Amino acid sequence: MSNTPTTNKCRGILINPVFDSNPITIQVLGICSALAVTTSLKSTLIMCMAVIAVLTLSNTTVSIIRHHIPASIRIIVQMTIIASLVIVVDQFIKAYAFEMSKTLSVFVGLIITNCIIMGRAEAFAMHNPPGLSLLDGLGHGIGYSVVLIIVATIRELLGTGRLLGYTLMPSVFEGGWYYPNSMMVLAPSAFFIIGLLIWALRTWKSHQVERD
Amino acid sequence: MFEHYLNIFIKAVFVENIILVFFLGMCTFLAVSKRVETAIGLGMAVIMMMSVSVPINSVIYHYLLRDGALAWVGLPDLDLSFLGLVTYIGVIAAMVQILEMVLERYFPALQHALGIFLPLITVNCAILGASLFMVEREYSFNESTVFGIGSGVGWALAIIMMAAIREKLKYADVPDGLKGLGIAFITAGLMSLGFMSFSGIKL
Repeated sequence: MSNTPTTNKCRGILINPVFDSNPITIQVLGICSALAVTTSLKSTLIMCMAVIAVLTLSNTTVSIIRHHIPASIRIIVQMTIIASLVIVVDQFIKAYAFEMSKTLSVFVGLIITNCIIMGRAEAFAMHNPPGLSLLDGLGHGIGYSVVLIIVATIRELLGTGRLLGYTLMPSVFEGGWYYPNSMMVLAPSAFFIIGLLIWALRTWKSHQVERD
Repeated sequence: MFEHYLNIFIKAVFVENIILVFFLGMCTFLAVSKRVETAIGLGMAVIMMMSVSVPINSVIYHYLLRDGALAWVGLPDLDLSFLGLVTYIGVIAAMVQILEMVLERYFPALQHALGIFLPLITVNCAILGASLFMVEREYSFNESTVFGIGSGVGWALAIIMMAAIREKLKYADVPDGLKGLGIAFITAGLMSLGFMSFSGIKL
């Protein structure tokens, strides 16, 4: 398993979605269901795991049965597969992390309409073997998670001075020096952070700039 | 009683705007907000879909899925609420199809205007989101009707405003890296900030 073309291809499928064709910053897919939970890093991590699990499994499943799906009803078939997987994940979180499932509320269910999952099933899994589809799902899941985790880290740290429950910058209310920026825990900050992230990424990889 | 419904409506349109506060329906919001006319078309389609699908899902939840809802057929111990997600998305997909057929038969001009947007909104997170919020907040049938219309109006309002701003933005000199998507996010953030000023409203 040295650097044969196949390993390179696999690595490309896994790594590319993280920076080069990141689903959020380039393809604008799938931010709907997830931005609302980025106020705290912990709930974001759970949400990201849920999305990665659903994306990987749905890609693999769709890919395995891709030759048996009639083209005319493929959307409904994909939708049903995704919905069933999301129900499994939702029930799993309710069973093992009930408190967390209260915090995430409706947003786990909304993974169904997360465009990235449907998008990958339609664009990749329908035309590629299960192994590659699994890697593709994993890669896009990770690329998606990276952005959300960055957003959540910034929001929680600047908004409360804490991260995952540990105090990093003691706030003035607890006798420290940091004035928490309460706008960071409100909705507008998520838009600004994503906008600035896109700016930073496109300055680094300038071929991604949109020309008129 | 009237104030109660008005309160739900105002809250759904302004205070808890489904895009600007809950980030639902972002994909379409960013992708289809380059021109005001298309934004109006899509906004109308979403209002229509939400005001139909939320009440229907409310009926299904109350009489079929809820814990003990099937008591009327003699199955009081049955809790089908885990089937909610599949059911709601199925109802939404079916409603989109039916709405399209009805419009084609009776209002061909409107159907023509909405064009490809009707089928697209099946996968709009906002529509499913409204149904899920309705279940979580335990709205009655009337409340969920008002909530559905309100959420739809809020979504339409936000996308039309966004399209208007983006049409003007074409004449602005935006830094290279921010062009397109980046500046759209910043604009949405500023709009969201503006909508936050409604959060003090008490009815």
